[in-house]
Amino acid sequence: MSEKTANMKVVEGSYAVAHAVMCCRPDVISAYPITPQTHIVENLSQMVADGELDSEFLTVDSEFSALSVLVGSSAAGARSYSSTTSQGLALMYEVLYNVSGMRLPIVMNVANRALGAPLNIWNDQQDAIGARDVGWLQIYVEDVQEAVDATLQAYKIAEDAEIRTPIMVCMDGFVLTHVYEPVELLDKEKAREFLPAYQPANILDPAKPKTFGAFADPSTYTEFRYQQFEAQLKALDKIEKVAREFEETFGRYYGGLIDSYQAEDAEIVIVTLGSVIGTIKDAIDAMRSEGKKVGLLKVRSYRPFPVQALRKALKDASVIAVIEKDVSIGSEAGLVTDLKAAFYNSNIRIPIIGFTAGLGGRDITVKDIRKIVDKAETARKGIEFEFEFLNLRTEIL
Amino acid sequence: MEKSLLAPGHRACAGCAMPTTIRLVLDAAGPNTIVVSPTSCLEVTTTPFPESAWCVPWIHSLFENAAAVASGVEVMQKRMGLDTNVVIIGGDGSTFDIGMGSNSGMFERGHKILYVCYDNEAYMNTGVQRSGSTPFCAHTTTTPSGSQSQGNARPKKDMPAIALAHKVPYVATASVAYPVDLRRKVKKALQVNGPSYIQVNAPCITGWTFEAGLMIELARLAVESGLWPLLEYENGELVGVKKVRRPKLVEEYLKLQGRYKHLFKKAECADMRGQIQAMADANIAKYKLVD
Repeated sequence: MSEKTANMKVVEGSYAVAHAVMCCRPDVISAYPITPQTHIVENLSQMVADGELDSEFLTVDSEFSALSVLVGSSAAGARSYSSTTSQGLALMYEVLYNVSGMRLPIVMNVANRALGAPLNIWNDQQDAIGARDVGWLQIYVEDVQEAVDATLQAYKIAEDAEIRTPIMVCMDGFVLTHVYEPVELLDKEKAREFLPAYQPANILDPAKPKTFGAFADPSTYTEFRYQQFEAQLKALDKIEKVAREFEETFGRYYGGLIDSYQAEDAEIVIVTLGSVIGTIKDAIDAMRSEGKKVGLLKVRSYRPFPVQALRKALKDASVIAVIEKDVSIGSEAGLVTDLKAAFYNSNIRIPIIGFTAGLGGRDITVKDIRKIVDKAETARKGIEFEFEFLNLRTEIL
Repeated sequence: MEKSLLAPGHRACAGCAMPTTIRLVLDAAGPNTIVVSPTSCLEVTTTPFPESAWCVPWIHSLFENAAAVASGVEVMQKRMGLDTNVVIIGGDGSTFDIGMGSNSGMFERGHKILYVCYDNEAYMNTGVQRSGSTPFCAHTTTTPSGSQSQGNARPKKDMPAIALAHKVPYVATASVAYPVDLRRKVKKALQVNGPSYIQVNAPCITGWTFEAGLMIELARLAVESGLWPLLEYENGELVGVKKVRRPKLVEEYLKLQGRYKHLFKKAECADMRGQIQAMADANIAKYKLVD
């Protein structure tokens, strides 16, 4: 067995992520049960119970309290962790702004899931995309291995003195949390070298009393927000840098801000985020063998939104089709709107069409990707529609 | 007296009981203390960035999560092997109402945290709206007196009983008018290896509307009338009751406050005053306030 595959195991996605969290050595973990996130924290609880992980694990009365506990622990100097999804993330909403506003570098895995009503426990990304403006960095991962690796990278990015911003590592619920696949689990010692102990700049310490969470009037509030904005722009470089450092230590690289597949000479480029990428790659392989110049652009960092990287990577495409598992009711959807905005003030004039698909766990198949590519071909000649719900079941409307 | 750990220059109203309460609590707790506060007058008046009146580490996050935030602070102190006092100081809105879930979780998990509620019996920071702590018949901006209303229709929520139901090992009521008693209770609470809850009667000059200079007098009358008995529970047992030598009639307390003035204007309100007197009498009997 080579050194590289020494830790390769077939495990559930949630276990793999919990193992990665263990390798990050959080001081405090607090979470509340919600499907499909629960296996992550169940695994962490067991690791604490078995003495494998030396963390304080707080079981709480709600997701709202889970993240609030971490406000206190992080301000007291703890490396702090939670994970949640869907309704839980929605219940945390008020705290999300608070964590980023206080510049607390908390890392949270979001097991992306639909929001009610109607109640639905299956995967889409409405939860995290809806929280795009709360001041957290957001990384979307493609598979379990990337979820593992991004979790370790996340602490290094979040805790950087120039960034000091919380991160959501977004992984598709069930699709990635409940799948069993071969994963190279992180080596604890290598992880320790890659991610040293947290060195907070300011903590709650009676020897040096400081005030956290003060009241800011109109004369100072804007500058607090500006500093957060600036830190996210700095994170554009940091995310890429940390991804490269990770590659040096662990030999894996997924792109920093974005990644691509068969995109160099592609005329039709599909832009997306998350686990649907595997299906899209299969579809691209099939279409390439038929001579269709189709490629993929994966958005890994959704916040900060990598405007320059996207302009550079997509400038030679003839048409762009965005597929995403979210919808901005009354407008379009998050990614397609942001992508259009990224191009508007550039010289790039490429038709962009958007699809919302896979809501509430509906499968997205290779056939669906072909359908999108056909529609994109048509859009090259002139856009007939800008945005649509893919595979809408009109017979039940 | 040593330098106070709450600096002067804060923006609280003249005659407000809140800063006095904080100073008494901090005097007793000392500098080895981290304070967690929910959103309130306290936060707005003591921390206008870039200024802060706090000479101990202090954190405010949101209105309804102080107990959860304090839980995170406390576990990290223990993890670091530190014996820092973790004290929550919050108003009645966050304590009785919006923060109840978070408070319940903190009590039930058994953190070593002292929760001090400065109870001014309404949402004063937002302009005197009714809270779960607002007493029977009090006029607030959301329970106004009127031709069809005598003010708040319901009695005050029994928050100490809720703390006791969580088996909180130390629960007490206190008053800004009894500083020695309050300081003693804070010191005692901080010795407890678990959660503790102290509810301090803290008159609000703008919400209760009384003449400047009467704040302490009103807090004393609340105790002497039997409406605010000073109690102390250890491990669920009532171990301390502040005796009242000569109980005052509740009318003496009510008539000094604008929030009850409708009770003295309308003839039909004599019955309401009688009901409030009956509440005080019930306390006097239940807790044997008079020897």
